[in-house]
Amino acid sequence: MAATSHTGNGQFPDAGTPVQFTRDEELTAYREMLLIRRFEEKAGQLYGMGFIGGFCHLYIGQEAVVVGMQMAIKPGDQVITTYRDHGHMLATGMDAKGVMAELTGRSGGYSRGKGGSMHMFSKEKNFYGGHGIVGANVPLGAGLAFANKYRGNDNVCLTYFGDGAANQGQVYEAFNMAKLWHLPVIFIIENNRYAMGTAIERAAATTDFSRRGASFDIPGEQVDGMDVRAVRAAGERAVKRARAGEGPCILEMLTYRYRGHSMSDPAKYRTREEVERVREERDPIERVRRRMLEAGMIKEDELKKIDGEIRSIVNAAAEFAQNDPEPDASELWTDVLLPA
Amino acid sequence: MSEVRFGQAINRALADAMAADESVVLFGEDVAAPGGPFGVTRGLLDRFGAERVRDTPISEAAIVGAAVGAAMSGLKPVVEIMFMDFVTLSMDALVNQAAKARFMFGGQYALPMVVRLPHGGGINAGPQHSQCLEAWLAHVPGLKVVCPATVADAYALTRAAIADPDPVIVVENKSLYAVKGELPESMPNVTIGKADIARPGRDATIVTYGAMRDVSLAAASALAKDGIEAEVVDLRSLQPWDETAVLASLARTHRLVIAHEAVEAFGIGAEIAARMADIGFDELDGPIVRVGAPFMPVPFAKELEARYRPDATRIADAVRRTLA
Ligand SMILES: Cc1ncc(C[n+]2csc(CCOP(=O)(O)OP(=O)(O)O)c2C)c(N)n1
Ligand SMILES: [Mg+2]
Repeated sequence: MAATSHTGNGQFPDAGTPVQFTRDEELTAYREMLLIRRFEEKAGQLYGMGFIGGFCHLYIGQEAVVVGMQMAIKPGDQVITTYRDHGHMLATGMDAKGVMAELTGRSGGYSRGKGGSMHMFSKEKNFYGGHGIVGANVPLGAGLAFANKYRGNDNVCLTYFGDGAANQGQVYEAFNMAKLWHLPVIFIIENNRYAMGTAIERAAATTDFSRRGASFDIPGEQVDGMDVRAVRAAGERAVKRARAGEGPCILEMLTYRYRGHSMSDPAKYRTREEVERVREERDPIERVRRRMLEAGMIKEDELKKIDGEIRSIVNAAAEFAQNDPEPDASELWTDVLLPA
Repeated sequence: MSEVRFGQAINRALADAMAADESVVLFGEDVAAPGGPFGVTRGLLDRFGAERVRDTPISEAAIVGAAVGAAMSGLKPVVEIMFMDFVTLSMDALVNQAAKARFMFGGQYALPMVVRLPHGGGINAGPQHSQCLEAWLAHVPGLKVVCPATVADAYALTRAAIADPDPVIVVENKSLYAVKGELPESMPNVTIGKADIARPGRDATIVTYGAMRDVSLAAASALAKDGIEAEVVDLRSLQPWDETAVLASLARTHRLVIAHEAVEAFGIGAEIAARMADIGFDELDGPIVRVGAPFMPVPFAKELEARYRPDATRIADAVRRTLA
């Protein structure tokens, strides 16, 4: 696999030759990313209004990663991620209403109110959660990939985790096993430069996470995670290898989260200017929008129409999540084990 | 005497211990510059410097493992694991290394280390950030486990844990961090393993710890309106626990209820009930009743979590049941 670029310091790599998207592809990427952005903004509002409690980790800024990767896979491929999972769920096609209703802890939520923001699953969409223990989903991803290999299908498992999670021991146990057994798993490290209040340089002895598989001979690549085209291209290369039985690889997505780690975040670990600069120069959604307009692919009023459609999906989800009933008290006793 | 929050009392205990003893060092995720996820270590980096107050990578196995090594060589590491739920990742270092070092190595090594574990709390944090797993740790020979319920004890037990020559787990209930209380200017040294009578009473004993102390006191107040005088015994330390004080209380009241936020099944309450059914058999005039969380993961939804957590009504009902 071509290692396009290594910056080693978490800086965005030079774009290189951009992979062109067709109009349809640009529009799909735009819609999907915008849905995540608007959904997350709404979740933030509902949190402020007290409809959502507990933890709520927004994906704003990182949308191109999950949308680009989703464009590189086919139905039947699996996705597993961390607690910063709303974007992944929407990208796999899970219903915005069910996701938002889980955030508000209602009976119509994907986990019927028992999991909350960090813990949702959809068997139908091959989405395997939504995990709150940093690093713990990584061996699970290897296990999902093992099941594909065992069954003899050509599905792959996208296993997402953060730069902070990349310092957990079990990640390396999973790397070794995945390589040893040639598992069709793609380890996607979403390097957004921070793990809660700790910047990558302060927690990681080496910050080129694409090379974290080197001692297992797992190839890795650093990708501009703010460019949906670069993400899809890297994703396609990785998926092709994995489907062909060539085993795991690592995609380090250089990205950025605009909001706090969770809803209560003093944000003293970075400057406002730093956030503003990324927003202005690299915003993944704005980049597609501008590209389409400049290429004359679309007109402002068509974009407005799309924006309106997305808003109505999100508003309907919020409406549902506020009015759906709380779980019945009897739900406290269900689903611990299958009743005998 | 000053009024401080529970979390500030722990902060003061850490600061005083560090000022008194250079071998005390702090490890944890976001404990240094950010001041801790619950603000407990705020200001300590500025005061004691980056050599002694260290932000760690998210590596719970290595954090506690490294603390064991440091403690073997005589340092006194105080580790914060952000949520008690994550101690699962540190269990080998705690159970197979820390707890057995003194024993396995013929008493050559003391392991003066402290692991602080925020548990429970009913803060809507869902199944992987809300658990009370203290019974697991209390089950391991070689570990001590304390759980302060008041501001004064938050200070005193943290100091006692750091001063202790063996590994001590300090369990802190997340719902208590913001609670205010009195902290005397000079605190007497407390001994790990001594309970506190939070409220005297003659009709029934409620044995409890941590955040359930206040809930048990509320239950006792409610019962008092019906003429039932419940004695509330705050264990403060779970391993070792004050068998003598519990037996003495039982000998006064002849009825026993044990209340904790942790899951009831196979919990701290089970151990106390079994011991009292044995050594306190002659004192008992009613069944020993436990109040704990039901046997299931902690649910996220507010309403469900409120039902899940034991409350004053359930504790008062348990007292009535043993008196019936
Ligand atoms: C085992 C474990 N340790 C600590 C935490 C607390 N925690 C939650 S998220 C987080 C930071 C993770 O950062 P990163 O992996 O970079 O992901 P990001 O939040 O940036 O998406 C920490 C320390 C946890 N949930 N699980
Ligand atoms: Mg991160």
